[in-house]
Amino acid sequence: MNSSLSGAEPRGSRPKRFLSPASIMIYSILFIAAVYYLIPLYVMVMTSLKGMPEIRLGNIFSPPVEVTFQPWATAWNSACTGLYCEGIKVGFFNSMKILVPSVILSIIIASVNGYALANWRFKGSELFFTTLIFGAFIPYQVMLYPLVIITRNLGIFGTLTGVIVIHTIFGMPILTLLFRNYFVSLPPELFKAARVDGAGFWRIFLQIMLPMSLPIFVVAVILQVTGIWNDFLFGVIFAGTKNFPMTVQLNNIVNSTQGVKEYNVNMAATILTGAVPLLVYFFSGKYFVRGIAAGAVKG
Amino acid sequence: MHSVLIKDLSLNFGSISVLKNLNIEVADGEFLVLLGPSGCGKSTLLNCIAGLLDISDGQIFIKGKNVTWEEPKDRGIGMVFQSYALYPQMTVEKNLSFGLRVAGLPAAEIQKRIAHAAEILQIGPLLNRKPAELSGGQRQRVAIGRALVRDVDVFLFDEPLSNLDAKLRSELRVEIKRLHHKLANTMIYVTHDQIEALTLADRIAVMKGGLIQQLDDPLTIYNRPRNLFVASFIGSPAMNFLKGEIVDKDGSPVFRAADLDISLAAYRPQQRLAPGHAVIFGFRPEHIAISGQAGPAGCSCEAIVDLDEPMGADSLVWLKVAGKAISVRVDSGRRYQPGEKVFLTFNPAMASLFDAVTENRL
Repeated sequence: MNSSLSGAEPRGSRPKRFLSPASIMIYSILFIAAVYYLIPLYVMVMTSLKGMPEIRLGNIFSPPVEVTFQPWATAWNSACTGLYCEGIKVGFFNSMKILVPSVILSIIIASVNGYALANWRFKGSELFFTTLIFGAFIPYQVMLYPLVIITRNLGIFGTLTGVIVIHTIFGMPILTLLFRNYFVSLPPELFKAARVDGAGFWRIFLQIMLPMSLPIFVVAVILQVTGIWNDFLFGVIFAGTKNFPMTVQLNNIVNSTQGVKEYNVNMAATILTGAVPLLVYFFSGKYFVRGIAAGAVKG
Repeated sequence: MHSVLIKDLSLNFGSISVLKNLNIEVADGEFLVLLGPSGCGKSTLLNCIAGLLDISDGQIFIKGKNVTWEEPKDRGIGMVFQSYALYPQMTVEKNLSFGLRVAGLPAAEIQKRIAHAAEILQIGPLLNRKPAELSGGQRQRVAIGRALVRDVDVFLFDEPLSNLDAKLRSELRVEIKRLHHKLANTMIYVTHDQIEALTLADRIAVMKGGLIQQLDDPLTIYNRPRNLFVASFIGSPAMNFLKGEIVDKDGSPVFRAADLDISLAAYRPQQRLAPGHAVIFGFRPEHIAISGQAGPAGCSCEAIVDLDEPMGADSLVWLKVAGKAISVRVDSGRRYQPGEKVFLTFNPAMASLFDAVTENRL
């Protein structure tokens, strides 16, 4: 028998079939799904680059004949949000002022909470944890009015501090769960070894646990940044008119009833508002999935 | 003087009693092994001694000091864990010095102790590496070093070799024994591996269900197990057991199971063997001889070979006796064929007799 004949015998690594019926199926479904989700974004980007006369022609899928960045500039600098016409940039900076302290504060508190609940079990710690988690399932609407009264009595209603405190509180259940599950999944012997070495509560947290927790902190940051950035309800209630976040300002721009609806400006403002969470996902999606999986498996 | 003294120690998790009224006295420089199947409470006991678990009742003394309520760091102990528990983000040197830095020791003293430990454990070249860059054996050595630098009276080992492969395990076992000879510290060592227990220990505490079944030196545990559990847990291949009763034959006790009679004249019982007593006769595979011809009457019988397992130095031959499969350790020079007829000679002096009901040694 010659070698070409014996080559027909199965031998070595199995040949890969690139276009099996199953993979054609999978890829076509994925392609359709991707197109389906991308079409609105495409329409938004195209519309925001057109002038008003071109938009009135009604061809929403056609690319702009004449590309203009004027709507973006208008949206950022001079679009009218109710009485003021200073653009959405005011909202952007307000959102930043709410976002940064809320994220930092809630993550610091939740990580210490999670660490304590995972490693320093005390009498009633499980009950405490259950109560905290239960808080995540109570609809926000139930708590709004009491919270308004509480913050008013504390003198922080309608202030930056007020909305930051609210965001920090509402971040607690899910973040504590996230951190607790992560710390529970770390080898308990590390904690024991550190105790034998004489380290206390804070030293173990800061020198042993924290350096091992980067993935879960990344997840927490992503969760909080997107959650707080996208928030509308707490912003409109607790922040006060001067501190309205970007989402509220966007709403005011888009829903202003006076004059012509400037679709291109609205689209640009919307993309600008959505850009922050979009960029966060874009650059850290890998960590996000990894961390969610790490936090979720053990509980 | 005792080094570690455990008095009436009990531990309950809710309504579950994990450790029941334990009393152990460990002499200065002694190597005590806590041995038992998983879930027997041996690691829990070690954690109690270390102060990592709060006990429900009793007292713990280390070097004459009552440490029952002390923090782990104040008990004068160093601990080595199964998973090494090295701080992953720190270099070996930082791992070794962490406890000393926490205690606020001067840098010169820290350097001295690290150099000393590195020399004993031969980890000098590894000091600047991270744990992830070490092999399993090296990691365990660093973990031992972390206990060593603390300059403590008592070393606690929690299954330190269980994560290593067989070859490395036997190497490190020898090293730990050598380390014990060199340091002469008290060591308490938890394992489920009976070979580790038998080779390392001055005394072994065999545990089951939160109770100590027997606390003796390895040879006593091996040769004169106090109850059926200890007898069946220790020894590989395991001890053979035959159920039967005591009968009187010409004034001397005889063990009888089905058609098998074994004279117990040479057995040293702890109490009188009453005829009619239901007992379990236990004998190790090496305490029974087989040959092609009948031996002296009274302790010899016929059996049919079932299987022959050569293990290199010797062979394990499985036989059917009195309806039960038993194993016999023989010289590997002669192979036995299945179905072959052989004669057995028991050595009652090395056998163990247990009450069939209480399962205690007779």
